[in-house]
Amino acid sequence: MTDDSLRTIDVSVEFSGLRALDGVSLSIAPGEILGLIGPNGSGKTTLVNAITGQVPLADGRILCGEADLTGFSPREVSLRGIARSFQVVRLFNNLTVIENVEAAALAHGNGRRASRDKARDLLTEFGLEARAEDLAIGLSYGDKRRVEISRALAADPKYLLLDEPAAGMNEAETAALLSILEELPRTSGLGLLIIDHDMTLIMRLCDRLHVLASGRTIAEGGKDSVRSNPLVIEAYLGTGAETAHA
Amino acid sequence: MSFFLQFMIDVLSLGGAYALMALGLVIVYGILRLVNFAYGELIMVAGYTMYLTSGSGLPWLVMAAVAVLMAMLAGIATDYVAFRPVRAKSVTAVLITSFAFSTLLQNAALLFISPRPRNVPLPEIFSETVQFAGVITPARNLITIATAVVMLALFSWLMRRTVLGIAMRAAATNFTMARMLGVPANLVISSAFAISGLLAGVVSMLWIGRIGAVVPGIGLEPLLIAFIATVIGGMRSLQGAVLGGFLLAFMDTTLNFTLPQDLLKFRDAFTFSLVILILLWRPQGLIKGPASGQRT
Repeated sequence: MTDDSLRTIDVSVEFSGLRALDGVSLSIAPGEILGLIGPNGSGKTTLVNAITGQVPLADGRILCGEADLTGFSPREVSLRGIARSFQVVRLFNNLTVIENVEAAALAHGNGRRASRDKARDLLTEFGLEARAEDLAIGLSYGDKRRVEISRALAADPKYLLLDEPAAGMNEAETAALLSILEELPRTSGLGLLIIDHDMTLIMRLCDRLHVLASGRTIAEGGKDSVRSNPLVIEAYLGTGAETAHA
Repeated sequence: MSFFLQFMIDVLSLGGAYALMALGLVIVYGILRLVNFAYGELIMVAGYTMYLTSGSGLPWLVMAAVAVLMAMLAGIATDYVAFRPVRAKSVTAVLITSFAFSTLLQNAALLFISPRPRNVPLPEIFSETVQFAGVITPARNLITIATAVVMLALFSWLMRRTVLGIAMRAAATNFTMARMLGVPANLVISSAFAISGLLAGVVSMLWIGRIGAVVPGIGLEPLLIAFIATVIGGMRSLQGAVLGGFLLAFMDTTLNFTLPQDLLKFRDAFTFSLVILILLWRPQGLIKGPASGQRT
């Protein structure tokens, strides 16, 4: 049986001699939700940047199924079925909402009509159909986040890497987003990696957790084992663990 | 009434040509954030193609189509020769290579053709005048207006309704993000250069229609006009380029009509003074383009 998972093997990244990631290995299986957590500056976003080809690796490999993605450009990684969202939303501000989503579908070889239909379906799913023809620049921050996730999904990815997807959203928006994200792996077999500081969100959504501190893996595994890991409590969770228990 | 009509025809014909010139420059600038200083030479290439094919006996429209095609090829060549090898390095390097490519093309024309003006064949209609509603105007003014309307409509359709147009607008807003989504960057950039060449080719036909000849430095004035129009309109906005073109034509035409005869030779000084005033009022240009944008 072939391994379809997305894996990083001993990945290290350096910035001017500073080791931002040091030998990090993780894997996400299709249909799984993996939470990537850790204190600020622990290397979470850098790991996503490394997977998506935005920063070069000092060491290690990135594999997706049988394919070795090490050294691939962001575009090549995208075409291999790995999509992402950003901590700070990056929409095409002078395109309409539907064009933003459509652009991703078009770039992945869908026809004009198929792309528009796909974009419309995604916007409906995310409750944005009424804003489809508005310019992206005029949206609220929460709506922009949802457009960004819709756009990432329009590329039909096998894996979606979300960097703080609920940041800037109110409670109702977060709850709506959570229910969509929960369903995605089940309905489409999508593998999700989620970075977030909101432990309630992480504990509700994720099947497994991977914890980074100072660029290294300090714990990985099921939610309960990670939550009770003394290293994690010391490095990151602290009162968050209590909140999550509550 | 006839004065107003005369004035409008002058503004629209000059503005149409200016708007097409500006669009050709801004479409590349929008994506790469770099001014292609070899843009004027694309106009020259189309002009010399007309001159070189003038003895072929081909119908004028076929010669014009070949000339526009050559300008498109020269546009794509600009990307391959001057931009692509140094694009990721520095803005200065690209500016210098685009100047170098411009000088190379101009000197090639000087060396292999002639420094003297060469006549370009024009159909009869370009030298005819038309009289209607009390207005007498050269037919080429009406041709320019019609061409500009068709080209602007075509351009708008291309940018709004086609896969390439959406990809180009996405790349113009955030090039890095567009690449990350899987948009083929090199294809988008080459297409922008090809469209720039297409517009330069069409502008060349309209411009040469006014002067009837081609010289190696023919592209300088259109380049300058395009540059000023885009600066007024907003360097990052396609609509701004069109607006800037028409506004510049409006200023030029108004000055033509109002300045006393002995001041007319200083028209450009008046135009540039107005440009400075506009830029003091709106330093970003009249239409602000997308806020973000990265090159590489």
